[in-house]
Amino acid sequence: MHTRIQVRNTSLPTIQGVETRRSFLGKSTLLLSGAAIFLLAGREARAKVNDASASDVRVLNSALGAELEAVAAYQVGAESGLLQKPVLNLAVTFQGHHKEHADLLAKTIVKLGGKPVSAKEKYGFPVETLKTQADVLRFAAMLEKGAVSAYLGAVPVLDSRDLAQAAASILGDEAMHWAVLRNALGEEPVPSAFMS
Amino acid sequence: MKLPGLTQAFLGLALAAAGGVTAETRLPVGDPQAGEAVYARCLACHALAYNRTGPKHCGLLGRRAGSVPGFEYSDAMKRVNWVWDRKTLDRFLADPMKTVPGTTMGYAGVKDRQERADLIAYIEQAGNSAECRNH
Repeated sequence: MHTRIQVRNTSLPTIQGVETRRSFLGKSTLLLSGAAIFLLAGREARAKVNDASASDVRVLNSALGAELEAVAAYQVGAESGLLQKPVLNLAVTFQGHHKEHADLLAKTIVKLGGKPVSAKEKYGFPVETLKTQADVLRFAAMLEKGAVSAYLGAVPVLDSRDLAQAAASILGDEAMHWAVLRNALGEEPVPSAFMS
Repeated sequence: MKLPGLTQAFLGLALAAAGGVTAETRLPVGDPQAGEAVYARCLACHALAYNRTGPKHCGLLGRRAGSVPGFEYSDAMKRVNWVWDRKTLDRFLADPMKTVPGTTMGYAGVKDRQERADLIAYIEQAGNSAECRNH
């Protein structure tokens, strides 16, 4: 039976004690974020909600829900005491990426006239299975691979090609996370030529 | 040689365009082991034993759609009046957004019939696992 840790919602949970690094990461990704926001939100004419954009809002909200959960999952991993540097640094970096994805998705949903989902007050993670650093890495890798598949399945159903392009951009980031986590586990980083 | 799903999808589209393929109505026999690999695609949003962005999958076969306690379904899924079985799952997984317009499952679907059959076989088998029996 699963015993689950209950992660309290702290709006968007972030790993504590890493402000210097986060500041650096924030600066290094500022240009990308700005470009992405422009890419996602640049068409004001799309602000009017119609059937197509309502569908896009649903797709983006599903992605947002998963991103918010990923932020919380990395928080659990970082606070588990099982991650040692430099792996801990990876978790911090990847959590920051997911937070950026979530922020961008939420802003885009609002621009489209929708209401972004919020982080849950509590998430259930099967922490009884996380005994070692490798367990945490495998759990994170599983989520990242799932995220790649989710975005792969979202890209073709987004009505807006701009949104599809932005979703593909996030997909690429998630795929890199997955590969790096596999590499940290001593596994083949990129085991196949195609993702599904 | 087993082709990647994407390759199969391309080939399937090409053959269908050429008039060489007709729609099958019968679900192929599924391989749970192969289905577990397909299930990895679901793990950004779903888990067997607990609700996430999507509802849990333990007990899915035989369950009325939109009925997991504590999960907030879309209005569209709440209105669906069917029980999840191999046939309804196959139809939904092929194209969730077309099958249930308004679903929050913003996903293109599992286009390969054999992969869908494998996935359903895995979910069915997992429903009898210790992980699911304890929930």
